[in-house]
Amino acid sequence: MALLDVEDLQIAVAKGRVLLPVVQGVSFSVDADETLGIVGESGCGKSLTSLAIMGLLDGTAVRITGGTIRFDGMDLGALSPKERRAIMGNRMAMIFQEPMTSLNPVYRVGDQIVENLRQHRDLSKRAARDRAVELLDLVRIPDPGQRIDSFPHQMSGGQRQRVMIAMALSCDPKLLIADEPTTALDVTVQKEVLDLMADLQKRMGTAIVLISHDLGVIAETCDKVSVMYRGRVAEAAPTAELFARLAHPYTRGLLNSIPVVDHDVEWLEAIPGRVPTIDEQLTGCAFHPRCPLATDLCSQTAPDPLQIAPAHRVECHFAEKVVT
Amino acid sequence: MSDPLLQVRDLCTHFTTRQPGLRAVKKVIRAVDGISFDINPGEVLSLVGESGCGKSTVGRTLTRLEKSTSGSVLFEGREILDLSPGAFRPLRRDIQMIFQDPFASLNPRLTIAQTLGEPLFIHGLATSWAEANVKIAETLELVGMDPKIMTRHPHEFSGGQRQRIGIARVMILKPKLVIADEAVSALDVSIQAQVLNLIKRLQRDSGVAMLFISHDLGVVRHISDRVAVMLAGKIVEVGTKMQIFEDPAHAYTRKLLSAIPRVAQRAGAA
Repeated sequence: MALLDVEDLQIAVAKGRVLLPVVQGVSFSVDADETLGIVGESGCGKSLTSLAIMGLLDGTAVRITGGTIRFDGMDLGALSPKERRAIMGNRMAMIFQEPMTSLNPVYRVGDQIVENLRQHRDLSKRAARDRAVELLDLVRIPDPGQRIDSFPHQMSGGQRQRVMIAMALSCDPKLLIADEPTTALDVTVQKEVLDLMADLQKRMGTAIVLISHDLGVIAETCDKVSVMYRGRVAEAAPTAELFARLAHPYTRGLLNSIPVVDHDVEWLEAIPGRVPTIDEQLTGCAFHPRCPLATDLCSQTAPDPLQIAPAHRVECHFAEKVVT
Repeated sequence: MSDPLLQVRDLCTHFTTRQPGLRAVKKVIRAVDGISFDINPGEVLSLVGESGCGKSTVGRTLTRLEKSTSGSVLFEGREILDLSPGAFRPLRRDIQMIFQDPFASLNPRLTIAQTLGEPLFIHGLATSWAEANVKIAETLELVGMDPKIMTRHPHEFSGGQRQRIGIARVMILKPKLVIADEAVSALDVSIQAQVLNLIKRLQRDSGVAMLFISHDLGVVRHISDRVAVMLAGKIVEVGTKMQIFEDPAHAYTRKLLSAIPRVAQRAGAA
């Protein structure tokens, strides 16, 4: 059984009296030592999915309306808040996108790491502080014995992101969810942070869910990928298989939209139109208004998931045509 | 070759900060520290570098949103740094800026027609709304928007659409130099490709010169004729697109290029 198993997850946003579905039947699983990438554009539901796993949806305006999330055999939805708190930040941890707003600006970074450690581990203040210094050293913050007493504003963006990683790793989590962990960082720092995460995974066998809008980051770091569009997994496959045989027109469009550094392209093959807003009603396939292959079938009937190779699943009526 | 449209020589923009507290210490930040480059008519020069390297300050200094410390900037052979604000004002039509954040750079209380009409009246390019509306409709078509949206407000549009409106506001003045500061960075990948294609097409069709400021080397390769790489307030390398991407000379340029995560394979036509 996989470490994390998400099945048929449904999330809705309450707008007045109506519930608008924003995540519709998302399923995936992650094993120890494995990195799953979730890629998609804003509004596709990737961040809500990660917040749902961490139990951070508020339950009123945004709520889970169906499906199960199983972690290490436990149904997370069935846990009491207290049981949940014992897991979060401990066996399961999250790195947020914005290191400036996710650290508390009025506490020293060391105290914030120590707080989490002492919450979950029976450690003296002294021992927790020593462990925090070790962690800062682990994420390669220079001079950790000194920097532990810094405030977040005294650090650079890359260093703050490392502190976030150190905090997430403080209790040796089995599962790490990283929501756009490098989006706010420069490319050279991004490389260091991604290398660091890969290195830690190798040493500790952590399972990672990496959420990103950047196909390059996903291609270089993940074992398997789920491509999300408007609350659904449009395509999912092992990374090598996905890029060798793209089967969904959206994945293909996304890839062709990226201007590459290694050769010249006169005009980018942009995907026309825009991502529909959540209150727009759509019948059939959610991508059909922007799809070059769309027919009447696509606007009327939503495609069923199609298995085109072992572990390669795609939701498109014309997947076989796309892949050739 | 004709004379450069813009000649920047030894430009410095320094900021002085004071540490708060009793023993206030003055600190000088050399955001732009002696840079020189030319932009020829019709050419796209990109300024690339990481956050804090001073690339945005260059753009803001050229449009006089920041005050330069020393150096010279010749626009069509004429020094612009020591012009009085009144004497510089007519040049604001010729030197226009596209901003990064499509949510912050449009006035939420103005309709699209008011947003695009205002610069026309300020620079005396229209004397009546009837005249302005014709130009506004033309320009909206040019950026791929339906002219019927004129009466609507910015909140009704998505990020990509707002950026198109921001580009329309610039192009409606027929400027000679456009400074685009991270103009596509805030957009989703699929929308970024649309807007990037649009900027490239408008630049080619109008022949406007452009200073394209960006941290994204893929985007830079797509749009530029020449590229200048900035590090800590200085230009470390400048060259044609081919030189910079195929045969980078400076170690920092090579480091930047090697740090970019890549998708090994590109999809063929669907």
